[in-house]
Amino acid sequence: MAKRIPADSVGIVSPELFHFDEPLELRSGRVIEQYDLMVETYGELNADKSNAILVCHALSGDHHAAGYHNPDDEKEKPGWWDCCIGPGKAFDTNHFFIVSLNNLGGCAGSTGPSSVDPATGKPFGPDFPIITVRDWVKSQARLADRLGIHKWAAVIGGSLGGMQVMRWAISYPDRLGHAIIIAAAPKLSAQNIAFNEIARQSITNDPDFHAGRYYDFNTYPKRGLMLARMIGHVTYLSDNAMRDKFGKDAIEGNFGRDLRSGKLNFSYDVDFQVESYLKYKGETFSHSFDANSYLLITKTLDYFDPAVDYNFDLSKAFVDSQCKFLVISFTSDWRFPPERSREIVNTLLKAEKQVSYLEVEADQGHDAFLMPIPRYIQALKSYLGCVIEEISGKEGKPDAG
Amino acid sequence: MRADLKIIQQWIEPDMRVLDLGCGDGSFLAHLKSEKNIFDCGLEIDPDNINLCLQAGVNVIEQDMNKSLANFRSDSFDTVLLAQTLQTVERPDILVEEMLRIGKKCIITFPNFAYWRHRLKLVSQGNMPQSSALPYEWYDTPNIHHCTIKDFDTLCEERNITILHKTVVDFNHRSSFLMNLNPNLFGINAIYHFTR
Repeated sequence: MAKRIPADSVGIVSPELFHFDEPLELRSGRVIEQYDLMVETYGELNADKSNAILVCHALSGDHHAAGYHNPDDEKEKPGWWDCCIGPGKAFDTNHFFIVSLNNLGGCAGSTGPSSVDPATGKPFGPDFPIITVRDWVKSQARLADRLGIHKWAAVIGGSLGGMQVMRWAISYPDRLGHAIIIAAAPKLSAQNIAFNEIARQSITNDPDFHAGRYYDFNTYPKRGLMLARMIGHVTYLSDNAMRDKFGKDAIEGNFGRDLRSGKLNFSYDVDFQVESYLKYKGETFSHSFDANSYLLITKTLDYFDPAVDYNFDLSKAFVDSQCKFLVISFTSDWRFPPERSREIVNTLLKAEKQVSYLEVEADQGHDAFLMPIPRYIQALKSYLGCVIEEISGKEGKPDAG
Repeated sequence: MRADLKIIQQWIEPDMRVLDLGCGDGSFLAHLKSEKNIFDCGLEIDPDNINLCLQAGVNVIEQDMNKSLANFRSDSFDTVLLAQTLQTVERPDILVEEMLRIGKKCIITFPNFAYWRHRLKLVSQGNMPQSSALPYEWYDTPNIHHCTIKDFDTLCEERNITILHKTVVDFNHRSSFLMNLNPNLFGINAIYHFTR
């Protein structure tokens, strides 16, 4: 029996692979001769192609941002930003044409380290070049060209996705109407880089890593990936979020110390719910994500710093940006806390850009940007409501002014 | 539109950069935007108001003006506006200085505490004044720094602030003969346009 799909879902979707023959020159100086991008779209592109929104994914995301792939799998979870994308939702597919892609270097269908190098007939592995946010955005611009979209109504992303949005406003200042930057930072701090380095060390020190050529050995660094995801996952949650999550049936003030089997084991096995949860999360992730892609994308994060080309004055990077900006942060996010978003806002104020900023009270930590938090969702809805008016104004109605 | 805002908008020229401190639901900025094509920026801390600003297409920044305005560069706005909020801030004098730093010109409106009905209430009844301009009880009022027209004049004098325009209006934001005769006694709401 087919599963029940909510009325405000985009429904069953299927991705499409776009092949690009034109070589892509990278920030590192290296070149990708040809590549594929796996893409999902939701909604319909209007006649003048003015209603397109680009959604940029974060570290472990991919092109599958909304809806379902399998009509029969009742346990299937929808895409990673399903709470925002759909008919009547904040990114309203009745009005917008939403484009979501798996970025280069990823492992969900776009060309990445696990893809076969046509030159050797073997996976690229560690030979795959380091890709920067700038390179991603360049490849996204080519995808826009292919789709006939000259200017995005909006480019939207959270975390690393927000960094792509910033890069869009810098690299293609006239190709987006609105830039929505959520739970991001103008660049990583030493603490951010440190967490990424711990993740990388856990992967590269796994004996199954084989210097990144684990494909040849028919294995993968499962333990390393698990560890990497576990440490990452802790940084995405807040202390309070974890207390709530793992303190369900216990007495007040137990700090999320729910036990797995109701008693201590006095051994090194799992005692607490949180341990078993992290293990489960790490394990699930290790099956679905390529270790080399994880290494690569953490480097992409570390390298992001658009100010380097502008004498470390980021406001100069935005001088030509024509778009309006919306910046959103979450109070309990300690990976990219509100201060980091305020840096972006202040930079934009300095550059005399049109910017709005919200600091949303939320307990969910960095992951809040993926959650249906009422104030956050309402803000996106309100803001994009004006974008819908802009588009429909352009389409037919005479200009109000 | 509120009559004090009607008066204020005469001082806003087309294409100006306007910063509205405590911009509320953003309707005034939205109005100026459509009428005068201003570059708008509002500061607000109330989540519902912030959402209304977004709905109105007004640029709004969630920021508490009591904490700091240091992120706004000097002379980066043509006009900085503070409407009916001066009496609620922690340090009105510091805020006025900051407004003068950020804006070339400033506009402030506030309820005049020296309005005769307020004086009468205090003198004859011995109660803290209440009126439609000051509708609160003494314990729940957000107005922590009441000031009079005379007080604000003194502040301007002490700080070398040049008053460009000064108007007082009544409950309906109209001006009258008596108000012009003795603003500090008969004016309910004060409107100042000033610079340095």
